[in-house]
Amino acid sequence: MNRAGRSGLPPLIFLFTLLALWQLGAMEVDAAYILPTPVQILRRLWELRGPLLTVHLPATMAVTGLGLAISLALGLGLAAVMDWSPLAQKCLYPVVVASQTIPTTAIAPLFVLWFGYGIWSKVLVAVLMTFFPITITVYDGLRSARTEMAELLETYGATKWDVFRKIKIPCALPYFFSAVKMAVPIAIIGAAIGEWLGAQSGLGYFSRRMMTQLDGAGVFAPIVLLSAVAMAAAGLVGLVEKRVVKWRGES
Amino acid sequence: MKALEFENVSYRYPEDDFDIIDNLSFSVEPGSFHCIVGVSGCGKSTILRMTCGLLRPKGGIIRVNGAPVAGQSRCCGYMPQRDLLFPWRTVAENLALPLEIQGGRTRAERRELAEEALAEVGLAGCGNKFPGELSGGMRQRAAFARTMLAGGGLLLLDEPFSALDYLTRVSMQEWLLDQWEKRKRTILFITHDVEEAVFLSGSVLAVDRTPIRRLREIPVPAAYPRTRACLARPEMAELREDLIEMLRKQVEP
Repeated sequence: MNRAGRSGLPPLIFLFTLLALWQLGAMEVDAAYILPTPVQILRRLWELRGPLLTVHLPATMAVTGLGLAISLALGLGLAAVMDWSPLAQKCLYPVVVASQTIPTTAIAPLFVLWFGYGIWSKVLVAVLMTFFPITITVYDGLRSARTEMAELLETYGATKWDVFRKIKIPCALPYFFSAVKMAVPIAIIGAAIGEWLGAQSGLGYFSRRMMTQLDGAGVFAPIVLLSAVAMAAAGLVGLVEKRVVKWRGES
Repeated sequence: MKALEFENVSYRYPEDDFDIIDNLSFSVEPGSFHCIVGVSGCGKSTILRMTCGLLRPKGGIIRVNGAPVAGQSRCCGYMPQRDLLFPWRTVAENLALPLEIQGGRTRAERRELAEEALAEVGLAGCGNKFPGELSGGMRQRAAFARTMLAGGGLLLLDEPFSALDYLTRVSMQEWLLDQWEKRKRTILFITHDVEEAVFLSGSVLAVDRTPIRRLREIPVPAAYPRTRACLARPEMAELREDLIEMLRKQVEP
């Protein structure tokens, strides 16, 4: 890689150019209630820091965390079952894919009717959006194990379970981390959408309330916070990955 | 007792309409070193894969040390063409793999055996490295050590050096002969490289026709220990040319 690609400077310049264009454009339009400038958003974020950070961010994170945990359990379980049994794969795969054709935002109000305004209706939205990428990616990872390696293990007298533990799981590990990196932002979006549709707290709910007050900067402020959290979480997963997966890129 | 015995063994791949191994019988003495030479795709790997239990013969009996292979596992060590070291395990952990599968040993015991085996193949101190940090020749030596740890007096090596560059291959051949003389295991080595076969084997088992109905046993006129100088001797050169001639007849009808 060349020097310009290694340093973080060019992407920063690019980002600031985009923000500057937004700032100029928004100042030109001059309608803060629908298109606030980045500076206005940051100022609003600072003003609202109390309720945002102590009430709404923890609420959204709780939904995200629960949703992610359930998605991981469900996704890993489905992937393992589909890898283990071709019959289960034939039965489950179409259902898993079909579940993604459901327009979540359209039926999420029903979840509120089923589970009430509590946390579970939002968790369901997050789960519905995240378990799919986890299932498919991890399933692909389990499939990526080379049959030659499994054969070698068989000559040592290995069982199917040995092959799963000693080859499939390590092979799927890099895929698993890719899945989690994808799933974290999606889970946050899912949580926010759930809250947007019906909640008493959370960043999605807060953003919607600001919308009803025609507070453009107030709509964006929690969204900026969400993006920051999503990026931080993905970065964290990347750090864990670097520690655990040392062999990525070589076969 | 023979180290390996094929008795009227046949095998047919599901997609074929003929037996690629057709009523084959041959046997191998304990402590011998044989190379099976044949053109690509003639079915020589099939012989090894049946011996280590990955393929089940259509008919006939295969015996290792007098006992039929059907039903017994770990009677032989199989080393495939690619070294197949697991990239997520350190070299020592790779060597411990067959011991883990067999069970019955603690982690420390496995580690100790792996370190010993590494030292024996000249890789002392490489235990904590990852396979990606080793050269091609070192990887093959590690894979060989793993095959030794898999147990069994019979080692089945399926073109282990074919992916190496020429000079590394030559030194690995000398190294393998040295290892074999030290340990007195029985080695069955598959190759399509005639020079390699002549240099390594006590007698060459040549596939002179496909489907395989017999293996022609051709003794190599040179005593062990050997050096590469013996390849220049007229009778060795003649044997090499004869074998090449025989194989060429099969590819150019």
